[in-house]
Amino acid sequence: MSVRNEPAITPELVKEHGLTPDEYQRVLAILGRTPTYTELGVFSVMWSEHCSYKSSRAFLGRFPTRGPRVLQGPGENAGVVDIGHGWALAFKMESHNHPSYIEPYQGAATGVGGIMRDVFTMGARPIANLNLLRFGRPEHPKTPYLLDRVVAGIAGYGNCMGVPTVGGELFFDGSYDSNCLVNAMTVGLLRADRIFRGNASGPGNAVLYVGSKTGRDGIHGATMASEAFGEGSEEKRPTVQVGDPFTEKLLLEACLELMEKDIIIGIQDMGAAGLTSSSCEMAGRAGTGVELNLERVPMRETGMTPYELMLSESQERMLMVVKQGGEEEARAVFQKWDLDAEVVGRVTSDGMLRARWHGEVVAEIPAREISDQAPEYERPRSRPRYLDETAKLDESSIPVPSDLNATLVRLLGSPNLCSRRWVWRQYDHQVMVGTVEGPGGGAAVVRLPQTGTGVALTAGCNSRYVFLDPRLGGCIAVAECARNISCTGATPIALTDCLNFGSPENPEVLWTFVEAIEGVSEASEKLDIPVVSGNVSFYNETSGSAVFPTPAIGMVGVMEDVTRAIGIGFSQAGMRVALIGQFRPQAGGSEYLAAIHGKTAGTPPALDLAAEARVQSLVRKLAGDGLLKAAQDVSDGGVAVALAEMCLRPGQPMGVTVRLPGPAASRPDVLLFGETQSSILIAFAPEMEAAVRAAASSADVLFVPLGMTGGAKLVIEGLIDAPLDHLRDAHENGLKKVLEHSRAGAA
Amino acid sequence: MKTAVVVFPGSNCDRDIYHVCRHVMRWSTEFVWHKETTLPAGTDLVILPGGFSYGDYLRSGAIARFSAIMSAVKSHADRGGAVIGVCNGFQILTESGLLPGALCRNRDLKFICAPVGLRVENAGSIVTRAYRAGERIRMPIAHADGCYQAGEETLKRLEGEGRVLFRYVDEAGEPSERGNPNGSLHNIAGVLNDRGNVAGLMPHPERCAETILGSTDGRRFFESLVK
Repeated sequence: MSVRNEPAITPELVKEHGLTPDEYQRVLAILGRTPTYTELGVFSVMWSEHCSYKSSRAFLGRFPTRGPRVLQGPGENAGVVDIGHGWALAFKMESHNHPSYIEPYQGAATGVGGIMRDVFTMGARPIANLNLLRFGRPEHPKTPYLLDRVVAGIAGYGNCMGVPTVGGELFFDGSYDSNCLVNAMTVGLLRADRIFRGNASGPGNAVLYVGSKTGRDGIHGATMASEAFGEGSEEKRPTVQVGDPFTEKLLLEACLELMEKDIIIGIQDMGAAGLTSSSCEMAGRAGTGVELNLERVPMRETGMTPYELMLSESQERMLMVVKQGGEEEARAVFQKWDLDAEVVGRVTSDGMLRARWHGEVVAEIPAREISDQAPEYERPRSRPRYLDETAKLDESSIPVPSDLNATLVRLLGSPNLCSRRWVWRQYDHQVMVGTVEGPGGGAAVVRLPQTGTGVALTAGCNSRYVFLDPRLGGCIAVAECARNISCTGATPIALTDCLNFGSPENPEVLWTFVEAIEGVSEASEKLDIPVVSGNVSFYNETSGSAVFPTPAIGMVGVMEDVTRAIGIGFSQAGMRVALIGQFRPQAGGSEYLAAIHGKTAGTPPALDLAAEARVQSLVRKLAGDGLLKAAQDVSDGGVAVALAEMCLRPGQPMGVTVRLPGPAASRPDVLLFGETQSSILIAFAPEMEAAVRAAASSADVLFVPLGMTGGAKLVIEGLIDAPLDHLRDAHENGLKKVLEHSRAGAA
Repeated sequence: MKTAVVVFPGSNCDRDIYHVCRHVMRWSTEFVWHKETTLPAGTDLVILPGGFSYGDYLRSGAIARFSAIMSAVKSHADRGGAVIGVCNGFQILTESGLLPGALCRNRDLKFICAPVGLRVENAGSIVTRAYRAGERIRMPIAHADGCYQAGEETLKRLEGEGRVLFRYVDEAGEPSERGNPNGSLHNIAGVLNDRGNVAGLMPHPERCAETILGSTDGRRFFESLVK
């Protein structure tokens, strides 16, 4: 088959399309002939790492994905879980790392736009956004610029959509100097019996193109996202798409309005690889074919070719299959919202993805084979050599700071522990009048006015831990998210992952990837939190240097009575403060070791998943019984930083005086700032102490009374005595200092 | 109270306002699409909600003022009917001339979502009757274009006629520079028209009208309308 005016297929052209000689042989075998130029483009994007998961698929099956609440597991646009009362949550997290490094505002904005489309194609109204951000060292010349523009891009898109951004995580480390991570998560609410899927069934049904016109932006974006960066990456700026949140808001409302009628068979977002992936995947899932008439696609520019139309990643577009005869009804809804909606093709029964251009066939590929026969690699893996080096940590070689108060102030103002208010002040975190606990705590809580119930949401990953021990780090990432959710009183029910790693062609990277999956899976099983959706982002490296392995976890939880939601702040004086769970602080892998002593070493704190499950269950019970005023886990920065955050959280800071357990430690620094797992600080009214103690005892969880809230200082007897206004100044100004690096540099 | 909530393309606080009017205040409430040319029969109150009408791609509110429904909103106001604009709704009211002044980009050029201190300046208006004069309250703001600007004459009239509804204040209750989140002249957060039936403000009373959301300071804004 040959097509007029298309370039001839040469080995060079094949190579430019990122297909290996073996992969090209596969193409020839599937087609039984030389591909057309358009077909070559289709295979190139569909078999890119980004779309095909060719290096990761072999390992992703390890994730536990089933559970009584799971209505839709991985493989769709988003996972869906039952939250009772006839309602469900659809959610997913996705990376937009490469585009965000090249063009931070648009890269981050379209990342948010893309994940929201994934969620509302399921029939869900997005109710919350979260994100997980990683940047290089604060003193790196690009860091302040990337941080400023990524945050602005997330804000610009999410705010305009009217979806609150309620939480997230921000972390700086030199491993991200030349490769930032921007992972966006959206959670949507839908009726449990009204789930829409990307399914092109019913030959004869209409294929409807909806939303923005197609331009030349983002062609081969998916391919770009599947390569490592080298010199001159910024020149790839034209492969980054430009976002239009206003059009997406219209698209959201129009789609949800149309979903109320009974004419949509299937729907899928045109994200990475645009029209190509949406049509292939919808036909592939249904075992049907799709015939497209490309000249009918609404175009933004003149002179566009079939190749460009198939590969464009223009944003804010949807592909829908509507019942034959329902075309006009669908079009009327989109007209109301001033959106383009064109019937661009039909579902067929021959299993082929066929694209025509003014009648001429320009591509004809068996739709199912393109995914089923996609290459799959189980590349070599080897344990990284660095692990032997990092594991050697001699705690005695670390000097004990002479002034612990000053160390606490330094930590609270350090880039990874300081307040993120500068960030989330730019996000509308209250629109939709549902935000009960907003950003700045461990997990956010959003109420559902329909039922009086609440959902708790969080995203996080201690990537330093994953670097130091990929399996344990993966385990801890899940445990910590679950702990944050449990601390609000909610029960964690499902998670999504976004696995950010370097090149899978590097055996050491692939080893950490597989180990991290194992860790995430172990914790997911033991804590009974299935994985319902996910995303893999490889090639997060520049010139051979990879980012910290970062299996970002996004998690949702539910609580029956949202009025029982607990925050992290000490809001009243005279409350008792205690610790439940384990308390075994250590220096290894800690933020303290990195921020104060400049060392990334040791191994992460040990995690006993059974003990973890017990302490989480206890904190949920205490919250559910109305016994608690505040709860927060001890994590990065140790117990001293956790207490300081609890003091500083309320609008009007509240002091506390505590005595830490154990004999006077020879390492007061480790006692205060060392990190531990399965450890939760709680505050409660004095009259509740007996009940709290009894509940802990019957749950077989250690209960350690620490002290009482009150005053205007943080006092840890014998170790810390710090006025809260000093701590607050350091905490609130930390991020401004990071941003000022750029101004100083520019001046 | 029969309420009409106008929905412009890009409105995103329409459902929030509806929720408070319908489920908290228990008013009869309807959405009105911007392409309509008339308000529902018997409408007492028209609310222009917050959001990003037309993406705010030109100037906030500058395109929405040309929507078909706006002539019906104007006629309603001309007849003395109550009209309220919150955030983007306030911007649309100034753009359409129903309220004086203009809302420009915030002083620090960034979107700000935060609770702010407000002082009730005029406790006799249709939206402030349930507050006490001089009372200090807190409401959230969420905007990039909330810096209130007006000519000197206009400001003098607004101040002289008691048409400043709310002023941004600091912790001490003073309308200082520090208490001013966006650079608004005279720390103005909300104003009233000369006839007293059209009100606009940047803060979001609908976001603080229920205990579960941490504050009910905005509840009395709505209660004022039926007092």
